[in-house]
Amino acid sequence: MSTATHKLLKGATGEWEMVIGMEIHAQVTSNSKLFSGASTAFGGDPNTHVSLVDAAMPGMLPVINEECVSQAVRTGLGLNAKINLRSVFDRKNYFYPDLPQGYQISQYKSPVVGEGEVQLELDGGRSVTIGIERLHLEQDAGKLLHDQSPTMTYVDLNRSGVALMEIVSKPDIRDAEQAKAYVTKLRSILRYLGTCDGDMEKGSLRADVNVSVRKPGGPLGTRCEIKNMNSIAFIGQAIEYEARRQIEILEDGGSIDQETRLYDPNKGETRSMRSKEEAHDYRYFPDPDLLPLEFSQSFVDELKAKLPELPDQKKARFVADLGLSAYDASVLVAERESAEFYETVLSGLANRARDGKVAANWVINELFGRLNKESREITGSPVNAAQLAAIIDLIGEGTISGKIAKDLFEIVWQEGGDPRALVESRGMKQVTDLSAIEKVVDDIIAANPDKAAQVKDKPQSLGWFVGQVMKSSGGKANPQAVNDILKSKLGI
Amino acid sequence: MTDLTSLTLAEARKGLAAKTFTSLELTDAHLSAMEAARVLNAFVLETPDQARAMAREADGKIAKGDAGPLAGIPLGIKDLFATKGVRTTACSKILGNFVPTYESTITSQLWRDGAVMLGKLNNDEFAMGSSNETSCFGPVGNPWRREGSNTTLVPGGSSGGSASAVAALLCMGATATDTGGSIRQPAAFTATVGIKPTYGRCSRWGIVAFASSLDQAGPIARSVRDAAILMRSMAGHDPKDTTSVDIPVPDYEAAIGKSVKGMKIGIPKEYRLDGMPAEIEKLWEEGAAWLKAAGAELVEVSLPHTKYALPAYYIVAPAEASSNLARYDGVRYGLREQGKSIIEQYENTRAEGFGAEVRRRVMIGTYVLSAGYYDAYYLRAQKVRTLIKKDFEDCFAKGVNAILTPATPSAAFGIGEKGGADPVEMYLNDIFTVTVNMAGLPGIGVPAGKDAQGLPLGLQLIGRPFDEETLFSLGEVVEQAAGRFTPARWW
Repeated sequence: MSTATHKLLKGATGEWEMVIGMEIHAQVTSNSKLFSGASTAFGGDPNTHVSLVDAAMPGMLPVINEECVSQAVRTGLGLNAKINLRSVFDRKNYFYPDLPQGYQISQYKSPVVGEGEVQLELDGGRSVTIGIERLHLEQDAGKLLHDQSPTMTYVDLNRSGVALMEIVSKPDIRDAEQAKAYVTKLRSILRYLGTCDGDMEKGSLRADVNVSVRKPGGPLGTRCEIKNMNSIAFIGQAIEYEARRQIEILEDGGSIDQETRLYDPNKGETRSMRSKEEAHDYRYFPDPDLLPLEFSQSFVDELKAKLPELPDQKKARFVADLGLSAYDASVLVAERESAEFYETVLSGLANRARDGKVAANWVINELFGRLNKESREITGSPVNAAQLAAIIDLIGEGTISGKIAKDLFEIVWQEGGDPRALVESRGMKQVTDLSAIEKVVDDIIAANPDKAAQVKDKPQSLGWFVGQVMKSSGGKANPQAVNDILKSKLGI
Repeated sequence: MTDLTSLTLAEARKGLAAKTFTSLELTDAHLSAMEAARVLNAFVLETPDQARAMAREADGKIAKGDAGPLAGIPLGIKDLFATKGVRTTACSKILGNFVPTYESTITSQLWRDGAVMLGKLNNDEFAMGSSNETSCFGPVGNPWRREGSNTTLVPGGSSGGSASAVAALLCMGATATDTGGSIRQPAAFTATVGIKPTYGRCSRWGIVAFASSLDQAGPIARSVRDAAILMRSMAGHDPKDTTSVDIPVPDYEAAIGKSVKGMKIGIPKEYRLDGMPAEIEKLWEEGAAWLKAAGAELVEVSLPHTKYALPAYYIVAPAEASSNLARYDGVRYGLREQGKSIIEQYENTRAEGFGAEVRRRVMIGTYVLSAGYYDAYYLRAQKVRTLIKKDFEDCFAKGVNAILTPATPSAAFGIGEKGGADPVEMYLNDIFTVTVNMAGLPGIGVPAGKDAQGLPLGLQLIGRPFDEETLFSLGEVVEQAAGRFTPARWW
């Protein structure tokens, strides 16, 4: 990896390089839990989505939910990863009140998905590949409620047993920007696949971030793990803080203790949660209640055949087929919903080859701009894809100018309606009647003989005439026609 | 009416069908016998009202000609089986007065087939023990006594309540579970028939887990035929237990009386222990002679890894147990002993709730799974297990249909006589039975004779995977030759 792709931190003794690896816990999109039939719906009253298995009643046994396995395999395929046809569920043993069984069923030595990779695009057209070490399935724990009683802690087991995918990266990430880009990209892939909703606020996607620092190219340093990050912005801040904290200690001649830390976003700092010595001995061993997870290559192939187009593929197609710039294509594919919106606009266009690029500009500049201004999601856009396609069609066919189109967009945003009908009813149609334009041109030349005489020496003053014509036509004159007529009348 | 209790299940079934007596009469006879035998402490919970209600329902069905295969047969249920609305404790203080809202798959199949529940039977705490002395409800008495002695003996364990109740004619049959010998050893100590089916033959759903990869439920019964009848209702695939196997359940009873002519019976030389009592040796030879007389061919076989089975078992079973018992933490159900912190609550609850043997095994299991010890203990034990399994596979590949061994190295012993100073002394009870669990094979214990003191002794037959039928056929030969044994009533 070239140093050009990442940022180094300056310390008193010179530059330092960050080495970052991440474990992402992504909640699997499924109707029921990993080993029970209880619902995974978010927001139920406490302990209303709990089966006997989730509550670890005596004699209860886990039964694997096949849909969760399919989702893990889909995700593995989306990460270009090796799918293991045989994997094993293990028990990770520890005591905690939110863990009814006294162990979490996870995959330790044999995960369902092996090595893969994710491509990141960074600012300035740089790109890096981050290796995926593995992906495994495991159960989520319940939730402790400390605010229900002054003397007691309550337990809500609704989440207990919900399927998580733990996606472990290789320590290939080199700075906060890459880390943020990695989570963003992974989230995007998961959402395209429909295997995780990626909702970080609801905790559907959480990251444990391992950070260490070293002199560029030097041996790896001791790492600290920052647990349970649920915001991409905080991940960036936490990494910066943690790396600087470590550099400071090392430059003062100290050493880093391997430990688990928590990030406090209010103070903008990480603090120690537990040291390596306090770390649990999880006593992993294969869960004897579950047979090894085995499936056939044809099961994988079937899932692969039905995989949706992923952001990287979609981007490549937008560039190749529609001539979009790599940057524009990246912006459009970053979110599944944006890409879907854009593609719906495309499918509504009369001439996709001609107007695909224009449509991209409209979506990125006008629509996203307007949405951002009002902090709205694309799924709640007042201008829908069909309306936007109609506006772009009207420009493309020369019925309205680009400028009028912006006014029209605003009207549709505010009031809704069929753009084509609005153009008719509000008289917004572009004037392409050449004799009408000629008349306006003649009038303006006649009224400004000095300027007309100068224009031969100063062709750039043609713009002034164009402006005058457009103004007196109320912006409706076809700009190309105005230009052509002016040029011939003025003899340039 | 008391003589109704002396019938076998098969005989009672005939009497019920012929309407010679009703299920209510049969049930009442057993309820009375239970009441009179409370000194044995075989039942930890009697459910007479439920029993009579179920009996009446069975009588109704019998009258309508709509009777299931076990209609009206009163059974005892080991307290390891979850019974809906009926306290289920695994005979551990830690479960307290736990009342499940669910019924184990096996018991629900028994009720589906018309059986009647008399109550819950005593067992070693969490099925950990070979004498039923670790139960929080106290030890169970064996209906058998040494000739001329008033010493109460253990019925074996962990299914001591099941074996004692069946032997004392308190129930027509009982459910039991076997992790290292917990069905076959108590059957041998009480002159009852007990079969541990192939791992995966019966569902484990709703049975309090001890060691998941070894646990398997089966019946303890008054005769080989009775065991076969009960097996048919207990066996079967259960989608709720993914280790249960989806193959059809045969009519096991049809195997009773089937010729064993030409069958190859293996006699494993490694089971001939140094210092084995002569009467056990003699019993074994006798058993072999009976099978030979019935037309079977006897061959010496070798199971070379046998000597590692017990040590490996005492790593695998406690390892799984330490994890399976983690759920008893005082947070959601059962006993809770408060503490100043959650850790203290765990410590207080588990120290108070678990008995000494359970604590010992949880500690052993935790130790062998610990970082740095896993490879040396657990992993090696699993390798040993693979070798033990292979020993049997090699044997069966040579055409051996079943293997004959003694069931136990001795007859029943007195309460408090064994294991006080050294737990291994108690663990040695399972020397002939644990290999079968380690290999996941079916094994049947059949009464075969008595020792010099008049105590029953049993033989074990080990079969090929899912070939319980052969074991029933062979068991029947032994039973026919040895006869059936009933203890003299002293309670």
